[in-house]
Amino acid sequence: MGELKLMKGNEAIAEAAIRCGCDGYFGYPITPQSEVMETLMVRAPWDKTGMVVLQAESEVAAINMLYGGGGTGKKVMTSSSSPGVSLMSEGISYIAGAEIPCVIVNVQRGGPGLGTIQPSQADYFQATKGGGNGDYNLLVLAPNSVQEMHDFVGLSFDLAFKYRNPVMILSDGAIGQMMEKVTLGDFKPRLTSEEIENKYGSWVTTGKKKNRSRNVMTSLELNSEQMEKNNIRFQAKYKKMEEEEVRYEEYMCDDAEYILVAFGSCARICMKSIEMARAKGIKLGLLRPITLFPFPKKPIAELCKRVKGFMTVEMNAGQMIEDVKLSVYESGIFKPVKYYGRMGGIIPSPEEVVSTLEKKLIGGN
Amino acid sequence: MDTNKLTQQDIIRQGEQVYKKPELLLNNTMHYCPGCSHGVVHRLIAEIIGELGIQEKTIGVSPVGCSVFAYKYIDIDWQEAAHGRAPAVATGISRVNPDKFVFTYQGDGDLASIGAAEIMHACNRGENIAVIFINNAIYGMTGGQMAPTTLLGQVTATTPKGRNVERNGYPLKITELIAQLPGTSYVTRQSVETAMAVRKCKTAIKKAFKNVLAKKGTSFVEVVSTCNSGWKMNPVKANKWMEENMFPFYPVGDLKDGEKADPSLYSKKN
Repeated sequence: MGELKLMKGNEAIAEAAIRCGCDGYFGYPITPQSEVMETLMVRAPWDKTGMVVLQAESEVAAINMLYGGGGTGKKVMTSSSSPGVSLMSEGISYIAGAEIPCVIVNVQRGGPGLGTIQPSQADYFQATKGGGNGDYNLLVLAPNSVQEMHDFVGLSFDLAFKYRNPVMILSDGAIGQMMEKVTLGDFKPRLTSEEIENKYGSWVTTGKKKNRSRNVMTSLELNSEQMEKNNIRFQAKYKKMEEEEVRYEEYMCDDAEYILVAFGSCARICMKSIEMARAKGIKLGLLRPITLFPFPKKPIAELCKRVKGFMTVEMNAGQMIEDVKLSVYESGIFKPVKYYGRMGGIIPSPEEVVSTLEKKLIGGN
Repeated sequence: MDTNKLTQQDIIRQGEQVYKKPELLLNNTMHYCPGCSHGVVHRLIAEIIGELGIQEKTIGVSPVGCSVFAYKYIDIDWQEAAHGRAPAVATGISRVNPDKFVFTYQGDGDLASIGAAEIMHACNRGENIAVIFINNAIYGMTGGQMAPTTLLGQVTATTPKGRNVERNGYPLKITELIAQLPGTSYVTRQSVETAMAVRKCKTAIKKAFKNVLAKKGTSFVEVVSTCNSGWKMNPVKANKWMEENMFPFYPVGDLKDGEKADPSLYSKKN
């Protein structure tokens, strides 16, 4: 068993980066995630693992530093919060277009605009449907605990390199700020230059070697026919993710008549709601998507065969509900899908969830 | 003799060749307009990388603008950056690969307008990169609009009656600003309109590259350039216009040649 520690979600991200063999972190301060870079600066990993930590002049610069570092086959990451991720959207689109692996953490806060510093899940659309220009998808992981904040960093790098695609950890201010016990991962060495050349020599820009043709990182292709081919290749990659990378968790679904669908901190609240509902005799379960893209469509289709309906619980105006409705539609079995959520940085209470469930879904209003 | 059947050997007699295409310059036909300065500067960069023997450790970062396709012409690894972001991309490459040689190649719209923040901060941090800055006082790729370096009175597609201070502000001498930044060790302004200027420019770029190899921080070479299509002049007239109008405002020569600033000059005692 690994080392056990009590820490914040943001600190767990930083600790995981050092331990999983990350080569570089580039970021810009923004509440509620500044502890990620602060922790890294205190831990000073450049002395121990050789990991670089740099405070960039803006989120715009930070994401482009990821483009540069990731393009050389290094494990690079950044973290930010909602308005900062909006600034990064240009770079994320270029990174997706140039197929550069990297990890982006969004510890969401309420919006739109400068919004609030309280937790939110209002960037679901931005994370899962694009954000930047063009047809692209990020692989999006949604942690619901400090442990998962820690564990998903290494997992994200593995997936980013497997698909040569940016991976986003979509968290929120509650998970970033709350403290829980974490079992820390083991230290893994950073890849050497030789290992990078051997593994990724076909695409990395590490200086043209005599035994290979030059490599170019670019999202530009003015020949429309070739650009369409590139897009077809991207779409095939996203489809493969949908087939192979769906992650989710079912909680008390075996005998459930009604299903809550929630991710991240809302999923934690729903676990309490289920306990309260079951005390009243309502057979309630939870489906927690862990990957938001690819979305767990098949598990929802399976549940459609035996439950009476679904309700999403989200800290936004109802964004994930669209994916749940699509999943129900694609199952071919009609089941009602309702939504309950709070906005502007307010976290829904377990009581509100149960009373809304009784009114909207069970009561049919 | 059928001139179409002449081989290179027939034309160039042994011992008489004084110049040849650099090995690292690829055979792709350049998209630049006749008379444009980009091709000359590309050739110099290819020559210098070859002469320094650093192809295997070099990563170039190309911009958005006319030189967006710079990566098609020089046989090295390249990264194509978003508009203005080349210094941030180069920072990322260089920071996690301190043993590599990284340079950016940027135009005036890319470097001095949309990328003004990125170039300032990369130079202020003293990133160990070289910057080649092509200043032709216009946006070439998009069809000749005003650039931050466009001269007062200069006619462009978006200043049809000439650049006007009230409407457009002043031409930006960004290289003078860069020279003030403590992270830079070498800041110079060159041109490539004559054989002598080309030789001087080559010496400057080589010095900038050597500085980076010696880890002396940021080296910055502006090349005052022509854009005869954007300026709507033939190449000869464009060179003359550049000499008469650009050089008085953007004088050629070194602005700084030394070392990064001594940190003690920036400590509390001072």
